[in-house]
Amino acid sequence: MLAKRIIPCLDIKNGMTVKGVKFVGIKEVGDPVELGALYAQQGADELVFLDITASHEGRKTFVDLVKRIAQHINIPFTVGGGISELKDAEALLNAGADKISINSSAVKNPQLINDMARNFGSQFVVVAIDAKHFDGDEWIVTVNGGRIPTEKRLFPWAKEAEDRGAGEILFTSMDHDGVKQGFANDALAKMSTDLSIPIIASGGAGSMEHFKDVFTSGKADAGLAASIFHYKEIAIPDLKQYLHNEGINVRL
Amino acid sequence: MKVAIIKYNAGNIRSVSFALDRLGVEHVITADPDEIRGADKVIFPGVGEASSTMKYLKDNKLDELILSLKQPVLGICLGMQLMCSYSEEGDVDCLGIFKEKVKKFVLPNPNPQLIKVPHMGWNAITNVNSDLFDISLENKFVYFVHSYYVALGGDTAATTHYIHPFSSALHKDNFYATQFHPEKSGDVGSKILENFIKL
Repeated sequence: MLAKRIIPCLDIKNGMTVKGVKFVGIKEVGDPVELGALYAQQGADELVFLDITASHEGRKTFVDLVKRIAQHINIPFTVGGGISELKDAEALLNAGADKISINSSAVKNPQLINDMARNFGSQFVVVAIDAKHFDGDEWIVTVNGGRIPTEKRLFPWAKEAEDRGAGEILFTSMDHDGVKQGFANDALAKMSTDLSIPIIASGGAGSMEHFKDVFTSGKADAGLAASIFHYKEIAIPDLKQYLHNEGINVRL
Repeated sequence: MKVAIIKYNAGNIRSVSFALDRLGVEHVITADPDEIRGADKVIFPGVGEASSTMKYLKDNKLDELILSLKQPVLGICLGMQLMCSYSEEGDVDCLGIFKEKVKKFVLPNPNPQLIKVPHMGWNAITNVNSDLFDISLENKFVYFVHSYYVALGGDTAATTHYIHPFSSALHKDNFYATQFHPEKSGDVGSKILENFIKL
């Protein structure tokens, strides 16, 4: 049976790992390669490296860092941030990235999803969506690290991304991110039911119970978190043992 | 010991190379027929679409080359599927090393467990029965990413369950193959690569 995945996310700025509360007030917490290797050894199922300031400052991605990560880490990893053209993705693929995530650039140019999927395969294309809850079922998709609201709405956009060839959706609730009160389980469950590709839940992890909830009521395929791992509030081996004890299929 | 990784228009070649680096195994990434024929071991990686990749192999005569190899050969992911007789992906005849066929995962209907395609993530290998594995690897998790699967058959060397049981590894004569990515499967994957290198 396919295991539920635990994914530490390493937000990168200037080659260092950072994690902001609601994306504001960034603090450095370590070297990405060292931290990534440690998480892999502890039982992380995948890693995500996001160059969080890339799209804001228009910087291109961090190919050299990606190559170092690929050399040292023996589990899959996704890289994102500032990928807006096929050649950006190709450079990352050649550096050893298993998947790329696109966010703002896909909102601006949805055709990019089709082009990426056709050129590199759907398995390579993660569409990341940052959204803020508006009312009822309505979530507003935001871009540039949550700074700019768009015309797009979460559920139709996620479905469109799937139809265009996305291999996974990484959904971050901007209302839950950094608050540590649990994931956006209702929205996640709806998305997981509507779509037939895997959903990675992001934003809100504060306790081990929150992961249990996101896999049961949130119906997510993977749970992503950053600060609780970086600040050692939850150790990955403890989390996996807990989930196993709660009857959730995880890789021990 | 010299390992050749077949260079062609496939995605995960670099990752396989890095995995061999971590094991300290000397290797080349090459499309040169003589270099491939002269290697002690050959790895045939692959991420991509079956029919277009099969066409590329034929156009570059890599199909004949792979079929002619006598040393241990390891196909990975799409590499494994291309070593089968036929793939539904692009409706294409493949290399025919293994007689098994490649089929598309069909979601169950109804789908109360919300099973997804692609089959992406960590799943367990069972009934391991090839020298690629040892008994310590039974029921261990490895990393998969695929939308098409190889049905069970006489060449099945490991079985994984997703929607239904399928071949997660194949073995026939000097040809070995894994549907999962040993180069991305943590310490378990490293062990499998090591076992292949030691053949």
